[in-house]
Amino acid sequence: MSKPILEVKDLHAGIENNEILKGINLTIKPGEVHAIMGPNGSGKSTLSSVIAGNETYDVIKGDILFEGESILDLSPEERAHKGIFMSFQYPVEIPGVTTTNFIKAAINAKRKSQGLEDLPAKDMLKMIKEKSELLEMDRKFLSRSLNQGFSGGEKKRNEIFQMAMLEPKLAILDETDSGLDIDALKIVANGVNKLKNKDNAVLVITHYQRLLDYIVPDFVHVLHNGKIIKSGGKELAHELEEKGYDWLK
Amino acid sequence: MSKYTEEDLKKELENQEYEYGFYSDLNAETFPKGLNEEVIIAISKKKNEPQWMTEWRLDAYRIWKNMEEPDWANVNYPKPDFQAISYYSAPKPKKQLDSLDEVDDELLKMYEKLGISINEQKRLAGVAMDIVVDSVSVATTFKKTLAEKGILFMPISEAIQKHPDLVKKYLGTIVPKTDNFYAALNSAVFTDGSFCYIPKGVKCPMELSTYFRINEGGTGQFERTLLIADKGSYVSYLEGCTAPQRDENQLHAAVVELIALDDAEIKYSTVQNWYPGDKNGKGGVFNFVTKRGLCETNAKISWTQVETGSAVTWKYPSCILKGDNSVGEFYSIAVTNNYQQADTGTKMIHLGKNTKSTIISKGVSAGKSQNSYRGLVQVHNKAENARNFSQCDSLLMGDKCGAHTFPYIECKNNTAQIEHEATTSKIGEDQIFYCNQRGIDTDKAIALIVNGFSKEVLNKLPMEFAVEARKLLEISLEGSVG
Repeated sequence: MSKPILEVKDLHAGIENNEILKGINLTIKPGEVHAIMGPNGSGKSTLSSVIAGNETYDVIKGDILFEGESILDLSPEERAHKGIFMSFQYPVEIPGVTTTNFIKAAINAKRKSQGLEDLPAKDMLKMIKEKSELLEMDRKFLSRSLNQGFSGGEKKRNEIFQMAMLEPKLAILDETDSGLDIDALKIVANGVNKLKNKDNAVLVITHYQRLLDYIVPDFVHVLHNGKIIKSGGKELAHELEEKGYDWLK
Repeated sequence: MSKYTEEDLKKELENQEYEYGFYSDLNAETFPKGLNEEVIIAISKKKNEPQWMTEWRLDAYRIWKNMEEPDWANVNYPKPDFQAISYYSAPKPKKQLDSLDEVDDELLKMYEKLGISINEQKRLAGVAMDIVVDSVSVATTFKKTLAEKGILFMPISEAIQKHPDLVKKYLGTIVPKTDNFYAALNSAVFTDGSFCYIPKGVKCPMELSTYFRINEGGTGQFERTLLIADKGSYVSYLEGCTAPQRDENQLHAAVVELIALDDAEIKYSTVQNWYPGDKNGKGGVFNFVTKRGLCETNAKISWTQVETGSAVTWKYPSCILKGDNSVGEFYSIAVTNNYQQADTGTKMIHLGKNTKSTIISKGVSAGKSQNSYRGLVQVHNKAENARNFSQCDSLLMGDKCGAHTFPYIECKNNTAQIEHEATTSKIGEDQIFYCNQRGIDTDKAIALIVNGFSKEVLNKLPMEFAVEARKLLEISLEGSVG
């Protein structure tokens, strides 16, 4: 049995006095794909934000361990340096900063935290070429301002491209399917599958089952009212698709 | 310019205090405080000036005495006591300086702290330095290379003696003594600055660069720059400022006059980093500057400025588009943090036919600062087919700062086309978190966002200057969020 990448232990968290997560337990091991499903307002996005370290949320109780160590006291950037990546539901736009420049800043910030020099430009270019070919992406978007004027599909593909460049140990896909048509969904899912290996893990957060047709989970967890009320294999996702969430409440 | 590495950046990020806030103890000679006709005569004598120059100064002084300090700008500050300022301060000249060996050691150390050691500058072909410490130029380089092209580049005090005809012909023609309070004061008491003349048809082979420094506590600095580009010539001029930390306010009232004759082009770039005061608004430089250029037929003047320093800034680099088909440009980034106040912009005066002007102004406000754009686009009745495009963008950080835009348009010719665009945006927590999640810390994230916002202007700067400007933006805004 390999050591878990992520362990969430009795996690209670919320905004100010409003408790949203009410005791989450979750263990993710290398090579695994987990899906968290649940209706709107069940706390799915809160969970991903808290793992990523968004300071809007307060952790009330419990712990989050990454490779065996608590990360609760770490800043979002320190968590990123350790290998946590989140694909945002709504990626932000940064006018005037090209995607290339942005990813360069991100990669070099991580390298700096590891005591490494900046990645030489030619290695960066080579990596960009490889990853964009792997994801079958047009490199033209790299010279455009980050996410500015991008379609929904382009924004999500850009998230996956950044994931490919940063090579995280844990990738959290927060509602990556929202706003995507079926073609875009396939491309994004295909990219994630190519990046998946025995050493990393993926946590898919989604409302609908359709993304899970393409990114097939090993485990499915149903989140309701801040708690995981049922866990199972991939067939649970199909069951939810047929019956909805009500039968579980 | 010194090479810029991540390590330098890291050092600067760790240093919360003003980067260049040190004080060099030069063996300075400083006049007693106060201003009257005797002081002006003494300044003129000190500079070995001819009689006509002394008279010119006295005339300016008499005009100034009857003027009042303007108060229409969107800035608040205690009015300086002009009798409490010393109007002359110079490192004691030991003898005529021919090489660096003869330069004061303290002075050389200061250059090193600034990262602009002259040795390095000399090696860096393409940049000629006329370094001004306090009010007297102490080292001029690349003079010979320039001389071969017939280019004159020297301290203005030297030009007054060596090229009195040129100085007499142009000094005060673009910014007259009567122009405004600070310009009149400058005309009376200026002690140094640069003079530059590019002969007909000559393309200046290097960027001309001047570093200004305020050094002595309590001394004001009144620089005077006169730049003449003769017919068909081209010059790119860089001006950068740093100043040591001081508790009392320091007054800086410079005048810059540019003359672009027929078919000439002048690019004038400034990175201004005067001491802005501490985070409580104590100290800092008052920067009241008059900069103006005149374009004759087919001439072009382009102002690019990055303003990150000074407690109070009052500055409107302008173009008088006198000749037909002449072009004026103004690209500006003004950053204010803590209690800084900036009221800056431009005036584009269209007199000739088919004249064109472009204004791109980027204001970034953080802390409790106030940042105002004030611009005038004036089209006179004979300026057929004049065109102007103005864009004013403001970026806000936090909820205690202010961004203001005061665009004035006066148009007396109905063939003119004038466009004005303005935007205001705020650096959002979501943007910062997104960057953090990618491993980029908050200070670096702000630098990235601000650099992106300012890109159109940064791209107009000569490359080495742009590197320095990016660093300055980053230092100026560090710790301003969170």
